[in-house]
Amino acid sequence: MRRRDFFKTSMGAGLAAGAALSLGGYDKLWASAPLAAKYDMVAVMGGNPDAMFDLGIQELGGMGAFVQKGQKVLIKPNIGWDRDPEIAANTNPLLVKRIIEHCFRAGAKEVYVFDHTCDNWVNCYKNSGIEKAAKLAGAKIVPGNSESYYHQIHIPGGIKLQSAKVHQLLLETDVFINVPVLKDHNSTRMTCCMKNSMGLVWDRGYWHSNDLNQCIADFALYEKKPALNVIDCYNVMVKQGPQGVSKADIVSMKTQILTSDWVAGDAAAAKMLGLAVEKVEYIPIAHKMGLGNMNLDSLNIKRIKM
Amino acid sequence: MRSHLLRSFRILFSTLIFICFVLVFADFKSFIPTKYTNFLLFLQFVPSAIKFYNLQSIAVCGFLIVLLLTLVTGRTYCSFLCPLGIGQDLNSRIGGRIKKKFRRYGFKRPFTVLRYSLLAVTLIVTLIWGIYMITLLDPYSIFGRFMTFFAKPAIIYLNNLLSGLLGKFDIFTLSNIPFKGFPLIVYSIPAVFFLLVGGLSLTKGRLYCNMICPVGTLLGLLSKISLFRLKINETACTRCGRCSLRCKSSCIDFLKYDIDVTRCVDCFNCINSCQDNAVSYGFVNFKKKEPVRETDESKRKIIIGSLLLLLGVSRVGNGQDKPAPKPKKDSTVKETKTFPVCPPGGIGIESFIKNCTACSQCINACPNSVLQPAFKEYGIAGIMQPVMNYHKSFCTYNCTICTEICPTNALHPLVLEAKKLTQIGKAKFIKDNCIVKTEKTACGACSEACPTKAVHMIPYEGNLVIPEVTEDICIGCGHCEFACPTVPYKAIYVDGNPVHTAAKKPVEVQSDIKTPVEFPF
Repeated sequence: MRRRDFFKTSMGAGLAAGAALSLGGYDKLWASAPLAAKYDMVAVMGGNPDAMFDLGIQELGGMGAFVQKGQKVLIKPNIGWDRDPEIAANTNPLLVKRIIEHCFRAGAKEVYVFDHTCDNWVNCYKNSGIEKAAKLAGAKIVPGNSESYYHQIHIPGGIKLQSAKVHQLLLETDVFINVPVLKDHNSTRMTCCMKNSMGLVWDRGYWHSNDLNQCIADFALYEKKPALNVIDCYNVMVKQGPQGVSKADIVSMKTQILTSDWVAGDAAAAKMLGLAVEKVEYIPIAHKMGLGNMNLDSLNIKRIKM
Repeated sequence: MRSHLLRSFRILFSTLIFICFVLVFADFKSFIPTKYTNFLLFLQFVPSAIKFYNLQSIAVCGFLIVLLLTLVTGRTYCSFLCPLGIGQDLNSRIGGRIKKKFRRYGFKRPFTVLRYSLLAVTLIVTLIWGIYMITLLDPYSIFGRFMTFFAKPAIIYLNNLLSGLLGKFDIFTLSNIPFKGFPLIVYSIPAVFFLLVGGLSLTKGRLYCNMICPVGTLLGLLSKISLFRLKINETACTRCGRCSLRCKSSCIDFLKYDIDVTRCVDCFNCINSCQDNAVSYGFVNFKKKEPVRETDESKRKIIIGSLLLLLGVSRVGNGQDKPAPKPKKDSTVKETKTFPVCPPGGIGIESFIKNCTACSQCINACPNSVLQPAFKEYGIAGIMQPVMNYHKSFCTYNCTICTEICPTNALHPLVLEAKKLTQIGKAKFIKDNCIVKTEKTACGACSEACPTKAVHMIPYEGNLVIPEVTEDICIGCGHCEFACPTVPYKAIYVDGNPVHTAAKKPVEVQSDIKTPVEFPF
């Protein structure tokens, strides 16, 4: 490219970008006036994680519909594994960063991010890229590696799981935003919204040894439920989950699903993996327990392609 | 040289060295890059000698430099470089404060028979049978164990106290560290030595170094022909005896103007104490002196006993262990481990235990606390050497710290890619203990944890899947064993490889899921 051409093109690009911004849209992406939610679920396809979230949350009435001024927010991504972001074993850091930014725009007093990791937590926080992204956006990243951070709660009505120790942040914050990454799972077939809550509790071994699927559904009974689930299906680990071995386990899906109903979210996610919803046993169990609606046909879903 | 600066220099230098070593062991967050640690370890006599024996490389000749240094300057190593020695000086100082008795040291007869027989026994045992005596008596290893067994629990306790306090103010820069305690029995040896070295230095200065330490004795022998040494100018000396009373090694016989070079650690206290400027450090004139023998006053015995300390320390350790999850039924089949799992880089159990002095540097550095001091996993002679304990923790896939930090090269440095393919053991599945079979519910904790998918799930009854192990891609990291929720016996465990082998690369599985064009719902 000659120098003159370079100037011409870049000027053109600059003008176009400026015009696009002045025509509006961008400010609307940060919509602050809470609107009544028109949809049960918003699914976005074809963009980058942050851009898809901008669009999706706008359709749900903006972050202001979920976060009030002065509230404390817990964002719970999946940071379970000591893997690079490209393996998509953990939630996309760009998405986490964008959600935090929206929370602060909506007036959140403080935003916290944590996970009870499976691998060494220092490595997980660092190598997932989430620690850096969250700090950049101004959130507090909190350890979850020691039992001293967890407090006993009770789950009346739980069939297998009647009590658990949950992280203090779940108890101390006003809003809980669940940000799972969709992945294949060796045992439950899929990990997404409800299974991501295993990172909120201390003793996961109990769940594994006492009917894992039932325990996952039982925990969804607990009073503190996510105000919003943002499902990261940008890069999806379709096999060898939930940890993955190489990039060959990843399929680019460039999709994001936003919903307040985590049973519905899991049902939609199962479809993304090409799974019959019944195969992922905790979904029908939770549906029967009245914790959400897995019948996607009866839901008002907004589908957006970028 | 009669300069008072010599002593000041010694104090400054040794303090710096000591702080560095303490930091290395206190660094539970691995802030310090291993290359700096290795730089510090370069001049540690015994670790360097073992490393040199193994590698035959001039790059690890630190111990030769120490020998040379001793030939020129005497036992400066003991005062300037040995962390155990410096620690004893510190303790002696504290002792001096507590016991404000003027006459603490003074000239004592050397324990000639004891120290030379200990040196001889150490050499003979090492040459004929193995490393056991060195493990027990190497000053660096003793120091390392003190730090790992006693100082670190205290540091972690303080950290947890502080992090809890900061947490109340919403500050999370420090995090709580769940400390995994060691078995009580392996505290016994470090505890005995702690009382011995601590007690002797508190009351008698460098008596441990001059009575028991084989490195001290060896360097002392060499000092007999060292070029620079401390000496008393007979014409200037008024025989006031101040130097003798300040001598931590109790090696100045001022009445005979004699300083015992085999015991002198070149602390230079005597220079500063002399009011007549009669003591100086300088080039020796090899004039024979009459050896003098004198009977000594009776030696006080050291009281060993504070079992309370022992119990107290192990309580700090055990307080934060994860409670074992409780499935409905107990598992029934016992794990049958034929070999312990020795850390990656160890090449094999036999070659590892031959070269490890149990300094516990790796145990201290391990970010996952999977390295634990052995009790009798390697046989009773291998007590305190590091062994992988997968009931306590597991080996982090993306980590090679223990292999990089080993001062004796008992653990060879591994690059990450090589470590990820080093099979230190193999996972063994016990179907009759598995939740999927006994409870007929989903679990998969082991396979979820497996970094190579050597442990994967295959169809079982109905919608259930059950683990299966592909042994040749298993690296023996133990994450499966750690994650398995069955008690008292695990349904999956790692059996150690007596000789480490190369694992195959994890397999890539094909899938027919493609990038979607439309929403599938």
